[in-house]
Amino acid sequence: MTLNGWLQLAAFFLAVFVVTKPLGILMTKVFAGEKTWMSRVLGPVERLIYRLCRIDATREQHWTAYTTAMLMFSVASLLVLYAMQRLQAYLPFNPQQFTGVAPDLAFNTAASFTSNTNWQAYSGETTMSYFVQMAGLAFHNFVSAAVGICLAIAFIRGIARREAKTIGNFWVDLTRCSLYVLLPLCTVGALLLVSQGVVQNLKPYTTARMVEPLKVETPNDDGTTTTNTVTGQVIAQGPVASQEIIKELGTNGGGFFNANSAHPFENPTPLTNFLEMVAIFAIGGGLTYTLGRMVGNQRHGWAVFAAMSILFLIGFCVVYYFEAQGNPNFNQYGVTQAASVEQAGGNMEGKEVRFGIANSAIFAAITTDASCGAVNSWHDSYTPLGGMIPLLNIMLGEVIFGGVGAGLYGMLVMVVLTVFIAGLMVGRTPEYLGKKIEAKDVKMAMLYALVFALSILCFSASASVGPYGASKINNGGPHGLSEIIYAYTSATGNNGSAFGGLNVNTTWYNTTLGLAMLVGRFLMIIPMLGIAGNLAAKKIVPPSAGTFPVHTPLFVVLLIGVILIVGALTFFPALALGPIIEHFLMRSGVMF
Amino acid sequence: MSDRAQARPLFDPLIVRRAIKDAFAKLDPRQVARNPVMFVVEVGSGLTTLRIVRDLIAGHTANLLFTVQVALWLWFTVLFANFAEAMAEGRGKAQADTLRRAKTETVANRIVSDPGDGVERVKTEPVAAPRLRKGDTVLVQAGEFIPGDGEVVAGVASVDESAITGESAPVIRESGGDRSAVTGGTRVLSDWLKVRITSNPGETFLDRMIALVEGAERQKTPNEIALNILLAGLTIIFLLAVVTLLPYAIYSVTQADAAGGFASSTPPSITVLVALLVCLIPTTIGGLLSAIGIAGMDRLIQHNVLAMSGRAVEAAGDVNTLLLDKTGTITLGNRQAVEFIPLSGISERELADAAQLSSLSDETPEGRSIVVLAKSKYNLRGRELAAHEAHFIAFTAQTRMSGIDLNGHSIRKGAADAIAEYIKSEGGAVPSEMQAIVQRIAGAGGTPLVVANHRRALGVIHLKDIVKGGMRERFKQLRQMGIKTVMITGDNPLTAAAIAREAGVDDFLAEARPEDKMALIRREQAAGKLVAMTGDGTNDAPALAQADVGVAMNTGTMAAKEAGNMVDLDSNPTKLIEIVEIGKQLLMTRGALTTFSIANDVAKYFAIIPAMFSTLYALAGAKAGPLAALNVMRLQTPESAILSAVIFNALIIVALIPLALRGIKYRPVGAAAVLRRNLLIYGLGGIVIPFVGIKLIDVIITALRLA
Repeated sequence: MTLNGWLQLAAFFLAVFVVTKPLGILMTKVFAGEKTWMSRVLGPVERLIYRLCRIDATREQHWTAYTTAMLMFSVASLLVLYAMQRLQAYLPFNPQQFTGVAPDLAFNTAASFTSNTNWQAYSGETTMSYFVQMAGLAFHNFVSAAVGICLAIAFIRGIARREAKTIGNFWVDLTRCSLYVLLPLCTVGALLLVSQGVVQNLKPYTTARMVEPLKVETPNDDGTTTTNTVTGQVIAQGPVASQEIIKELGTNGGGFFNANSAHPFENPTPLTNFLEMVAIFAIGGGLTYTLGRMVGNQRHGWAVFAAMSILFLIGFCVVYYFEAQGNPNFNQYGVTQAASVEQAGGNMEGKEVRFGIANSAIFAAITTDASCGAVNSWHDSYTPLGGMIPLLNIMLGEVIFGGVGAGLYGMLVMVVLTVFIAGLMVGRTPEYLGKKIEAKDVKMAMLYALVFALSILCFSASASVGPYGASKINNGGPHGLSEIIYAYTSATGNNGSAFGGLNVNTTWYNTTLGLAMLVGRFLMIIPMLGIAGNLAAKKIVPPSAGTFPVHTPLFVVLLIGVILIVGALTFFPALALGPIIEHFLMRSGVMF
Repeated sequence: MSDRAQARPLFDPLIVRRAIKDAFAKLDPRQVARNPVMFVVEVGSGLTTLRIVRDLIAGHTANLLFTVQVALWLWFTVLFANFAEAMAEGRGKAQADTLRRAKTETVANRIVSDPGDGVERVKTEPVAAPRLRKGDTVLVQAGEFIPGDGEVVAGVASVDESAITGESAPVIRESGGDRSAVTGGTRVLSDWLKVRITSNPGETFLDRMIALVEGAERQKTPNEIALNILLAGLTIIFLLAVVTLLPYAIYSVTQADAAGGFASSTPPSITVLVALLVCLIPTTIGGLLSAIGIAGMDRLIQHNVLAMSGRAVEAAGDVNTLLLDKTGTITLGNRQAVEFIPLSGISERELADAAQLSSLSDETPEGRSIVVLAKSKYNLRGRELAAHEAHFIAFTAQTRMSGIDLNGHSIRKGAADAIAEYIKSEGGAVPSEMQAIVQRIAGAGGTPLVVANHRRALGVIHLKDIVKGGMRERFKQLRQMGIKTVMITGDNPLTAAAIAREAGVDDFLAEARPEDKMALIRREQAAGKLVAMTGDGTNDAPALAQADVGVAMNTGTMAAKEAGNMVDLDSNPTKLIEIVEIGKQLLMTRGALTTFSIANDVAKYFAIIPAMFSTLYALAGAKAGPLAALNVMRLQTPESAILSAVIFNALIIVALIPLALRGIKYRPVGAAAVLRRNLLIYGLGGIVIPFVGIKLIDVIITALRLA
């Protein structure tokens, strides 16, 4: 761990803090239907969309109608993306002439992008045409992010409103979010990325002549070997920048290329790395401010921000510590793992030299805190405990800033549980910002937590003992178990990052992971919106000295405690047999 | 707290004996199934017991001591939870037994014909009390028991209600007004009453009371239902975590065998998995939850308050606004004379003398206080006045004054405007000085009584409301708890404001009529607040029904008792404050034990997980596997570790029974302070205590060679 590393962290966190308020205000205005400085240009577009789609922008929806609209939209766009992949060969912008995507992979990818997961069982540069990347994947990057934000706003409305039947209009929220929040931010962001060397073109792949030809020996079936000399390198191209920025800003995480943000065309410089990292937390942070504004208790918004920040910092410190330590087993071979002017030190396996330990650790922490899933280093190559944190971050429900919208509503469900468990201790039936938390709310919140645990535990347990699952791991022992658990955790949590080391492009994995993504998104959204609708209909009890305070440091500590205890208790046995036992084995010299 | 709270020792041997018996009876799965957490424990206990039977038949005796012990402690866990519930119920049952004794079989004298002029000519027929129907009228004479709940239609009598209230002093019951309700099972001490029966047999107040304290009508309260859902949800989540642990373990064992270089290990047995599950699910709160609820109701009964539903007790904890009647609650029941203020030209002594004379026959507390003040201040003794010399004028609602005609003097005292009328009618003039004094006294919250002799005003008596001792502090505590107090009074706003200031209430409603009270409640409720109030009169009934917590006084009318959701047998309006505290205490106890229960799991994981996988991935030749590093408590053996956790899990239920029955300590401070304190004790304590407890049990069972 170096001073430089800590300064990088400080700069990153400061930037997130700085954008929180302005983004929060922007979103408050946008979702309140107020005019912004962009209305002059985008207002006519917005009205045109409503007219074309026959949306009555003034009519609000009951939570069930809101949910139905969201589900219909998602199902329709999922089917379109599936068809687009299958029919890729007949569609334009396909300079590499890729054929149609296999059915199981196409389902997996459609589920993945619709659910804002962006799990990739394919390599972008060898599977998807520019058309599918732009019209299919990038489109979903926008709308799945917008859907998440809309849902969080609907939830906040549920808290803020009193005795109301409706929680907003899904179509209006979706349109306004895309037009006034995502599009402008991405336009600016994409141009910034282009300025740093992120490519943006529709050219066929370039073949470069290699300075030094490479000899590749391939063993034949009869025991002999064939030697090929490689003289050229194919360099993939494409409309990368436009997809890159929404990948982070919308916490999607699906890379244009297989190497994701470790690829020099996606993330060429320390500055782009910084921008991408800030983009991952930006909207999640901003929404906490929006929460404070909309419920009329700004200190509560900041309390939620503080809880998220502390959890992020704890996770980061653990990753940073273990990655900077490196692998103790290397010391006996005289390998220096200390940081110095010449080297980053620590465990550099699977990390880019241009990012080093600190920026890889920050990226790994935030991409799993938020349900982004973009990576600039290989989580599979992390030390056992360094790699456990990304896994644990997702297991905690990705409530640490979290996926755009999803992080906030996930956090608010945790707040509801916290208020219920501990709120009783002040001697009142629990209430959250004046709304009584009753049986129905608790039922929905528990359903939310239950679906999450059910999907992760059951799928991964099944995969760990079935031949269809366990045979696809590249590393044995506890590391293999971590790989399986990580895959289902990532899918259910809609994260999309892969631990790696697992061959997931099989029918079993494509299907079950696709299901896990849909379950983790939509089966959790329904109870969450149920709480919102239920809360909206309630009276508001005015706060008094006897009310459970939700803006104090004590509340922050309590919220963190509940998140850690509930999350850790659910998954501790799984973690004990994966990363934890692997850590102790590594210390006694056994590695997997 | 009421000093008359009926003290019953927490562990009355009689109740304990009955509870132990009931604990076994409650093992019936149909009963346990109502509690999802304990149901899972019972299924687990059954499962491990079946395994033992199977092992015995198959002749597998390895590890038998361990398995049997685990199974036994699992059964104990269910039994302890049942015992807690039975204890809580037992206290109520004991109370019900006492009440039943009051329900003696009496023979009632049903009135057949009644000319309506007393007792002599009333014709009655004997009817067994249980056969009386609603609408019958009975005659009850001195020494007889009142055969059923009813309304006095004629007569005045002193009644001994100690069977119901525990209060030995007799109370007066008379027809009309707010003291007309009588309760079956109470005894007329003097005179006679004609009572119209208002409830059918089996529906009397006494019957309802017995059912309530026995818990026969107990339904889960809203918050209890919500908490139960949370606990059931957690149970399912832990069930998932434990069930999926087996495939993970099988994978790990297979991988370790395949990798080579590791000692062989086996996946955990069903017994161990069940032990882990039972330790993880919130058995502590799950086992004590219903006991806490029953004990909360019981605590109210100890304070002589009957809650008609558990819902009302919970609502009491949430109350934002307390409506308190001024008279009897905030101030002593009556005003007292504190000063004589003469008009110019009249000596203070002269005024005192006149005031005393006019009050000699005035038996109201105010009148008596005037006599007392005159005596103590001016040494004027009460005089015996022969009836022929003096003619007393009694107070009437029309004249609103009282007085005496004596030796040509006609002294009158009364409200300022009434006396002014009188002076004018006598041909005198009202001095402006008098008006000024009256204004001043009223402004200070007092009641001015003007004294006049014929057409001449003599001066003003200052009557003052005396605020009960300690009320100011109580209201301050309530404020810290976030509860607003509103004083309800029939006084004018000026007087009301002064008393409100002196008593320290937050707000007041002056010149309050029943409909004003109702409007105030509605207004508060519209703002989302919960309102509590007390009342006794029939005109209070609508407000009592509207309030979230309506406490009817036992001395009140039947209508009031029907409308409220609690009845205070002591008829002490101040008790509303205690009711709120008990409601809060109930919720706090639930929250504290839930937090404690969940926090406990951390230590249990550290005990069981390393024990479960003690040999997994153990390097060949090494004594223990890598997860031994997690055995931070340094528990002796895997068996002793698991057993210690299971035993701790069972014993903590017993250890917490007193807390569940008594409720956690309540302090009237702000929410933030309460939360900080309880989190420290039950949250942090919940994490730390099991580490100590499990270690201790491990040391003991290892010493006893039980594992």
